[in-house]
Amino acid sequence: MTELFGIPVQALLGQLMLGLVNGSFYAILSLGLAVIFGMLNIVNFAHGALYMVGAFFAWMLLNYAGIGYWAALLLAPIGVGLIGVVIEKTMLQWLRQLDHLYGLLLTFGLALILEGVFREFYGSSGLPYDLPDVFRGVFDLGFMMLPKYRVWVIVMSIVLCGATWFMIEKTRLGAYLRAGTENPQLVQAFGVNVPLLITFTYAFGVGLAGLAGVMAAPIYQVSPLMGSNIIIVVFAVVVIGGMGSILGSIVTGLALGLIEGLTKVFFAEASTTVVFVIMAIVLLLRPAGLFGREK
Amino acid sequence: MKRHLKTSAIALATATLLGLCVTPLQAQQGKLSGDSVKIGVLTDMSGVYADYGGPGAVAAAKMAVQDFGGKMFGKPIEVVNADHQNKPDIAKNVTQQWFDRDGVDMTVENLNSAVALTVQGLAKEKNKISIITGAATARLTNEDCAPGNGIHYLMDTIALSNVVGKAIVKDGGDSWFFLTADYAFGHSLEKDTGEVVKATGGSVKGAVRHPLATTDFSSFLLQAQSSGAKVIGLANAGGDTVNSIKAAAEFGLTKKQNLAALLMLLTDVHALGLNTAQGLYLTEGWYWDLNDESRKWASRYEAVMKKKPNSNHASVYSATMHYLKAVQAAGTDDTAAVMKKMQETPINDMFAKNGQLRPDGRMVHDMYLFQVKKPSESKGAWDYYHLKGTIKGEEAFQSLANSRCPAFKK
Repeated sequence: MTELFGIPVQALLGQLMLGLVNGSFYAILSLGLAVIFGMLNIVNFAHGALYMVGAFFAWMLLNYAGIGYWAALLLAPIGVGLIGVVIEKTMLQWLRQLDHLYGLLLTFGLALILEGVFREFYGSSGLPYDLPDVFRGVFDLGFMMLPKYRVWVIVMSIVLCGATWFMIEKTRLGAYLRAGTENPQLVQAFGVNVPLLITFTYAFGVGLAGLAGVMAAPIYQVSPLMGSNIIIVVFAVVVIGGMGSILGSIVTGLALGLIEGLTKVFFAEASTTVVFVIMAIVLLLRPAGLFGREK
Repeated sequence: MKRHLKTSAIALATATLLGLCVTPLQAQQGKLSGDSVKIGVLTDMSGVYADYGGPGAVAAAKMAVQDFGGKMFGKPIEVVNADHQNKPDIAKNVTQQWFDRDGVDMTVENLNSAVALTVQGLAKEKNKISIITGAATARLTNEDCAPGNGIHYLMDTIALSNVVGKAIVKDGGDSWFFLTADYAFGHSLEKDTGEVVKATGGSVKGAVRHPLATTDFSSFLLQAQSSGAKVIGLANAGGDTVNSIKAAAEFGLTKKQNLAALLMLLTDVHALGLNTAQGLYLTEGWYWDLNDESRKWASRYEAVMKKKPNSNHASVYSATMHYLKAVQAAGTDDTAAVMKKMQETPINDMFAKNGQLRPDGRMVHDMYLFQVKKPSESKGAWDYYHLKGTIKGEEAFQSLANSRCPAFKK
């Protein structure tokens, strides 16, 4: 067997593949965060909790209403998006003029409340969500067995990230959004309903988190803690990519997934820390992040 | 402080009132420090191990106090609890406060091996009693033993590896690779199981260590897969074990290799669902469906907690009850006197038959080998295990002669 740095190439390829899968989750979640931060200037700490709620919605749909994975893929993000509308309309909109810190504290509090409520009712061990039948089984890639479902996750995330980037950067709606955040008064004067746009953006951002939750449900346990496990890493991704940078969050998400995968081969104990080491280095060298613009 | 004063005031008032109305017959003689018996349940109330111990452990301790009658020599028995969040430093602060200021006489549960080692050390220093149920590291009765203060009640890494390790190697699973949680407990379990495997004629091909509370195990499993070992030993617990097993099933690892969950409790099987967990071998010290007594207690617990108890919850009840009976028999809550009584009296309840507390702190009782049922064999929620064998306490646990505890080393 060929070896690279004392590690069989097969193992290395396998880890890179898995890194890509994890990176896909990071990318979707950090994308939502970046959109919200870029447009609303809110550091949405409730993102992880809403990702968890998305997974729980999928579980509830299946277990209480008999509605399967495909419908959940559509319904759960809509549900989470509606929660987003409520949060934005009743709470966040009052904080827009204040310092970032207030939004951060509010959403952090919301995250703790959501987690606590779900833990109270469903316990902390999590609940099983079975794979849809289509995705049972694995592809034999020669160097590794790759479950079909993970391939689906990669495809979905690339499509989603691409579509979001396209919508914000290339469409009229996206142009309104970008203009609305730059100079809300002026855009309003042109007859665009800016508050509605902002509510829509928040709902869309957390809807993405909900969608990631549904996609994660068959892989991980549907557990109240799943959000807090991942959110810190996702924040690191956003910071490394540059706060509010959409392309930055997508590229960084995938890249950090790969780096994490490699760390698991060379020094597994550090696999949860490596992201933060990179974050510290990036912040020292480029405080605005790799893709961010200094203001 | 204010709260403490308030509780003391209430305790005092209750005691005075009781003092007025006890008849001579009830007023047994007994000396209690702080005029009450205070039990501290220290556990993970909200993290990865909250279903493993958590609120269920607190409920079990309260059930024991209630069944005992709620009073000791006419004085109140109190149960307090705290969430250590799986952090030894928090555990240390809480326990120190309990022992020094709040008059806690005994702490029970103390899951997470890193926490347990801290708490037992503190109990030794302050001459209090710590009863550890949820934590598994065998260091508690070996290198870090605290004879006279620390009790290790439910199981340990040696017993777990003895039972599952031997059974699997004898069944042909003679080469092992470990997936280990990177802290005291995981290291202990990996080491002890490795020794059993080698002693029974098997070999250990390697190990990979993952941080506590990892969500994605696929990378680690890939390494386990390429090791070519026949058996992948999961030296982790709770959510980590559940996620490892899920990922192993997803990656088709179980087709060529077998998984051995070294520490898995009923609550974990429930979380996984029988579809994924079926066929797994595991060791536990207790199961709710063992006999009439266990079934009866489990249904009482279920009435409170709305789910069946696991062996950890049952052992918290048993340990608390054994402690209370010992205080009663000794006529005092003095640590040495109570420990002596606890060692003299065999434990016979719904949890253990002829359980024996050894001088090194090890509670020796029978262990069970279970196999998880197929979905078609299960009669419903919580009906998960086939009993595959009962292993006598003396065989399952390390003998006192082999102990690495300095006080008993020969």
